[in-house]
Amino acid sequence: MSTLHPTLDHAGHAGDDAHGYGHHELTFIQKYVFSTDHKMIGMQFLITTLLMMMVGGALALGVRWQLARPWESMPIFGHLKFATDGGQISPESYTMLFTMHATVMIFLVIIPILAGAFGNFLIPLMIGADDMAFPTLNMLSYWFMWPAILFFSFSLGLGPEWLTGVRGGMDAGTAQGWTSYPLLSALKQAAPGSEMSQTWWLMAVTFIGVSSMMGSVNYMTTIINMRAPGMTLFRMPLTIWSMFITAILQAFALPVLTAAGFMLVADRMLGTCFFIPAGIVVNNAAPTIGGGQTLLWQHLFWFYSHPAVYIMLLPAMGMVSDMLACMCRKPIFGYKPMVYSMAAIAGLGFIVWGHHMFISGMNPALGMTFMVSTMMIALPSAVKTFNWIGTIWGGRLQFNTVMLNCVAFVAMFIIGGLSGIFMAAVPVDIYIHDTYFIVAHFHYVLFGTTLFGVFGAITFWFPKMWGRMMNETVGKIHFVLSFIGFNVTFFPMHMLGVAGMPRRYADPYHFEYLSHLLPLNQVMTLAAMVMGFAQFLLLGNFAYSIFFGPKCGRNPWNANGLEWTAPSPPGHGNFDIAPVCYHGPYEYSSPVSGEKDFLMQTEYVPLAQRVVHVDH
Amino acid sequence: MGRFWAAFFVLAAVITVAISWVSPSMHWWFPVDGHAHSSLGKRIDDLFYLILVIVSVTYVGTQLALGYVLWRGATIKPEDKVLFSHGSHSLEVIWTIVPSAILLFIALYQMDVWAQYRIKTHFPKKTEAVAEVTARQFEWRIRYPARGKALQPTPQPDDLYTVNELHVPSGKPISISLRTDDVQHAFFVPELRTKQDAVPGLVIPVWFDVDQPRSYELLCAELCGWGHYKMKARVLAESQEDFEAWKERASAEQFDDGFRKIAQEAK
Repeated sequence: MSTLHPTLDHAGHAGDDAHGYGHHELTFIQKYVFSTDHKMIGMQFLITTLLMMMVGGALALGVRWQLARPWESMPIFGHLKFATDGGQISPESYTMLFTMHATVMIFLVIIPILAGAFGNFLIPLMIGADDMAFPTLNMLSYWFMWPAILFFSFSLGLGPEWLTGVRGGMDAGTAQGWTSYPLLSALKQAAPGSEMSQTWWLMAVTFIGVSSMMGSVNYMTTIINMRAPGMTLFRMPLTIWSMFITAILQAFALPVLTAAGFMLVADRMLGTCFFIPAGIVVNNAAPTIGGGQTLLWQHLFWFYSHPAVYIMLLPAMGMVSDMLACMCRKPIFGYKPMVYSMAAIAGLGFIVWGHHMFISGMNPALGMTFMVSTMMIALPSAVKTFNWIGTIWGGRLQFNTVMLNCVAFVAMFIIGGLSGIFMAAVPVDIYIHDTYFIVAHFHYVLFGTTLFGVFGAITFWFPKMWGRMMNETVGKIHFVLSFIGFNVTFFPMHMLGVAGMPRRYADPYHFEYLSHLLPLNQVMTLAAMVMGFAQFLLLGNFAYSIFFGPKCGRNPWNANGLEWTAPSPPGHGNFDIAPVCYHGPYEYSSPVSGEKDFLMQTEYVPLAQRVVHVDH
Repeated sequence: MGRFWAAFFVLAAVITVAISWVSPSMHWWFPVDGHAHSSLGKRIDDLFYLILVIVSVTYVGTQLALGYVLWRGATIKPEDKVLFSHGSHSLEVIWTIVPSAILLFIALYQMDVWAQYRIKTHFPKKTEAVAEVTARQFEWRIRYPARGKALQPTPQPDDLYTVNELHVPSGKPISISLRTDDVQHAFFVPELRTKQDAVPGLVIPVWFDVDQPRSYELLCAELCGWGHYKMKARVLAESQEDFEAWKERASAEQFDDGFRKIAQEAK
């Protein structure tokens, strides 16, 4: 063991004796299927979520088709999936499409890609650990995703009736919105989509919740306990801070959703009435016995789902901070304010859930309290935006795919964040609630912000995952098409909202005050198709580069983090030389770094060289 | 190449401003004539425009700052040093306090509009209870008291009923009792800027006034099933005399035993 062999099979075995591993050969199943290696699990999450992203996108294109050409036969898919309706999207299917689009994107794409894919892959590498604290739990958290995917497919209306119990295929797919409000979701007679498919949906949400919960426990433990020597909390990269805070959010918020889901299943199947008031007659069914309150579901659901939106944002914020500092060759502007802001977003995120319920009929006094807390949560986000601009200021920018996606992140977060102020103002929300203004806002923060951050992160950490670079030209084309397609699709939605176009309408144009909005919607659908098909460029670039991308070394970006000291890709155990951390992660262009413009966290600088007075 | 990308992002921001600027003239703006037709609606529009001004100034400012730092970063010369700074405490203080003050101002400034909308003690003193509006899958059933009577919580023998047509007197504050027969719906009149969810098990008072006597579109704004998009109805605002005259006619039609007309023609 006197020489280093930085290849996949041999790297990282220096510590094997301490772990008692020895040189055992893993079977194919142990290595690639039920792997307990965080890198393999991260990869599994990444590939699964990228495929789910295409499924969610396809569902969205169905929604956009109906809004551009209402009641016309859909090309190709019309005759495949909606043959009984003559190729048209029926109103029932339309309600299923937007329900499942949101469900797939939230539960099967954004949350798992941030926490499951990047959290898993990066956390041990960035803190200098050889794996997660609980590798088997980690493996289970990935495999619990598959029952969720299966049950969501059943709830969509796929699968034979003898197996799923869903009577009517996609016309009976779950259609209560991803928010699943009772009584529409509690009473089976309320909609075709409220029968067996809604039960499958609730079970799927439970499975994906358990998967997230396992992950969050793992991440918190790993980050608290397994950092390399010298890596104090305030020397952790912002990616790790964001994953840590996100894991705490998951741990506290998820149980409430799971409990609410059980209560709703009990209402549907066991005859309880948590959410069902007395005397309601739906579709000539027997009157309900009652005793419950529908608003209770909304409180429980949003108590989780509001922190969930920060779960879907914070990790991207952390990763973009790391990428921006690297691509600007500058330290992060205001590292501690950035940490405190993320903590403030998470903390405040627990006391704003009522802003989804201003119009719901809850006690109006709550509207006032939630308005104040919601206005205040804009503040840490603003501070972070100013700090990102400050990070770029005065840097030597490398305008590669990573940088472009990060700048788009900042630019679109500005739009998404500012549009939130309109809906935080309760009287204005009276008008824009349940209109396309809301749809514009959350797409800007979830897609324009988070997903572009993810595109950058995939490009940035791909070399570490596979030892090869992704194609830069294809990456830039993908960026331009996605950026233009995204903005042309979603920016006009702000206007549609001000015009009073409601959400979740299969055909808004039969109202006179909305009929003139059809041409604008048709342009938006075209842009959505461009944006959707551009994602094949990303997938193709990803797949091709795994096998044929130009090979690279350990640190192709000249970045500072601990992960860049490991081989590309890291072997079992990650590091061939156990890392020791000497300073923070953002010492780019430091005066003490000598000739190069970066100073890795593991690089020790002798005292004499360190004494350089810098004004900051 | 860097300059191209910096210009790309600046151009994107300029295009968003341009589209926003032309939106009112393209009628991608507040419905029909662009103005609210109720007093609360007008206050909501004022608040909307106030926030729009604040947000626009912030938007232009931050996008300009972003464009500037991108341009500087794209045109930095190889011999120039990168600004090695970990931040600025005073800047952090300024850009924490100033946005907080603005946000708190927006929040507190609106509280009395919200109170007027929803807190019963802040409703106008003399609000006439015009009808009970019941939302159901997929229509609006409306129950009025007979002419000269007050609306009772339970149906009365001489109550009047319409479907998908809410008649109200214009020019004075009126209220409806909103309820639902089955799942959640929402009473949404865009031109009046009125919206309230109809919750199973609750009867919610909603007040508004209408300035012009004409027809306004009424629609559902909470997902209620496959027919959510087709709960098309209208609010018909009439002068007090026309409203009462309508009630007379409606009463006569509803309680007609089928023989009165024949008897009159026979006379």
